[in-house]
Amino acid sequence: MKVLRYVVLFAGALLFLFPFYYMLIGSLQSEPDTSVAGAFPTGGLTLHNYADINSRVDLIGSLINSGIFTGGVLLGTVVFGVLAGYALARLRFRGRGTLFMLVLLVQVIPFQLLLIPLYVLIVRGYGLADSYLGMILPFAINTTAVFIFRQFFLQLPDDLFAAARLDGAGEVRVLWSVALPLVRPALLTAVLLTFIGPWNEFLWPFLVTKEAGMQPLAVSLANYISTVSARAANPFGAILAGACVLAAPAVGLFIAFQRQFVSTDLGSGVKG
Amino acid sequence: MIAKVLGRHPVGLILSAPYAVYLAVIFAYPLGFAVWMSFHDYFFAAPGAIVDHPFIGLDNYRAVLGDPGVHQAFRNIVVFLVINVPLTTGLALLLAVTLNRVVHARTFLRVAFYVPYVTASVAVVGVWMFLFNSGGLVNSALGPLAPDPSWLINEHLAMPVIAVFVTWKQLGFFILLYLAALQNVPTELYESASVDGANAWHRFWSVTVPAVRPATALVVILALITGANLFTEPYLLTGGGGPNGASASPVLVMYQRGIQQGEPDFAAALGVLLVLGVLIVAYLNRRLIERD
Repeated sequence: MKVLRYVVLFAGALLFLFPFYYMLIGSLQSEPDTSVAGAFPTGGLTLHNYADINSRVDLIGSLINSGIFTGGVLLGTVVFGVLAGYALARLRFRGRGTLFMLVLLVQVIPFQLLLIPLYVLIVRGYGLADSYLGMILPFAINTTAVFIFRQFFLQLPDDLFAAARLDGAGEVRVLWSVALPLVRPALLTAVLLTFIGPWNEFLWPFLVTKEAGMQPLAVSLANYISTVSARAANPFGAILAGACVLAAPAVGLFIAFQRQFVSTDLGSGVKG
Repeated sequence: MIAKVLGRHPVGLILSAPYAVYLAVIFAYPLGFAVWMSFHDYFFAAPGAIVDHPFIGLDNYRAVLGDPGVHQAFRNIVVFLVINVPLTTGLALLLAVTLNRVVHARTFLRVAFYVPYVTASVAVVGVWMFLFNSGGLVNSALGPLAPDPSWLINEHLAMPVIAVFVTWKQLGFFILLYLAALQNVPTELYESASVDGANAWHRFWSVTVPAVRPATALVVILALITGANLFTEPYLLTGGGGPNGASASPVLVMYQRGIQQGEPDFAAALGVLLVLGVLIVAYLNRRLIERD
C-alpha cells in the first residue's frame, strides 16, 4: 500500500514534469526530432535556437517590459495593499465593513466582464495604449494580497498595538515599526503570489500593446507563435527557447521560495 | 463627535483611500459601464469626435442570443466543463489525500504538481503544440493509433485537449486547496471508521469526501470561472478557436467581435450574459454540493 502510494505519486509527478523537460530538450535541438528516442538525445545539443528567437523577438527588451509591468503591480500591491490590509484589520473607521465586503466581492468578479469596458476606457478613452501605465492599471493592487495582509495583521496580538499607542506612537508609526516587521512572511507570500499574475498575464497586455517595443515577453512570444513562426527554419526550437526564457524566472522564484507556498497561507487567502 | 462620524480611527480612511479609489475606478465604474454599453448602440469613434450612443433596449442581447458563433462557443464551454471539472476535482482530491500521507520527497512531489500552475500559459502552450501537432511526440508514440486529423486540428478532439491542458495547468493550485482542507479533518473520524471495520477506500468515501465538501464547492466554482475565462489556449493552441470554431470560447468571441470587429456593445452584452451564466451555475452548484 505504502509502496503503491509512492509509485502513483512519482509516476504522476514525472508525467507533470515531462512537458517542462521536453520544452528544455526541444529548445536545445538544432533539428526537431519528434520520435520517442528523440526525447532522450545523447548529443548534438546547441544554443542556436536561443539566438534565433532573440533575432525575431527582442528578448532583452521584452524581459525589461515584463519586469516593469510586474514591478509596477508589485509596488502598487505592496504599498497600497499593505495600507488597506492594515486599516481593514486594525482600525475602526466608517465604511470599513463595506470595503471588506468589496474585497470579497471583487475576488469573484470574472475579469472578462471588465475586459471590454476597461479596453474602451483605458485604451480609447485615456489614450494609454502602448504605455506601462495602461498595462499596470487594471492589476495595480492585487485584492488577494490585500486579503492576505488583512489576515496576517488580524493575527497579531492586540496588546502589542495597545502598548505602542500608549507610548504615543501614531498609527502610521505603529504600522511601520511594529506591525510590518512581524508580517514579513506574509509580505513574501503576497509578493510571490502577485508576481506570477502580471508576469504570466497575456490577454490584457496583448490588448494594450500593439507596438512591439512595448510588449512584455508573454505577448511578443505569443505573437511570434501565432504569426511569424511559419517562416523560421526550426520554428518549434525557437518557440521552445522563448518559452524557456519566459518560464525560467517564475519557476526559479517558485522553487527557491516554495516553502512560502504552504497550503495554510494560500488557503486562508482564498477561503474567505 | 468626529469619532461618531468617521469612526474611532479616522486615519483608516486615509490609509485605505488609494485601494478604495482603485476599486471604484477599475471595478465599479467599468462594471456599470459594461451594463450601460450592452443596452446602447456603442461603437468606436475617432478620438475627440462627439457621437451619440442611442439606447436600443435589448437589441444587443437579441443579436448575441441569435449568433451561431456564440451558440457554438457556449457549446464548446459545456464540453470543456464536462471534461475539466470532474477530472480536476477527482484528481486534485486523490492526489491531495495521497500527498498528505507521504513522508519522503514531499518537496519534490509538491513542486512537480505546482510548477505548471506558476508557469505562463504562453510558455507551456508552446510545448503542448510541439507535443500534439501532426508529427509530434504524442502521435509518434501512438504510431498507427494516432488520430486523423491530428489532435489540435480535429474538431472532436481540439476542445478535449484544451480541457486536459487546463486540468494539468491548474491542478497544483486545487491540490493546495484540498491539502488545506484536509488539515481540518479530525483524525478521530478516521479512527472510529477504522474501528467500525471500514477499509481505506470506504474511509475515503465516508469520511474524507464529506469532510472536504466546502473545499469541493470552492474548487468547482473556481474551475468554472477558469473555464468561463478561457482565452489564451483557444487563441494560441488551436490557432484562434479552430478548426472551424470547434474550440472557440466566449471570451475569444468577445475579443474577435468586440475589439477586432469593433462591436464593443455586442461584446459587452455577451460578457453580461456569460457572467450571469457563471452566477447561475455557481448558485446551483452551491445548492447541490452544500446541501445538508
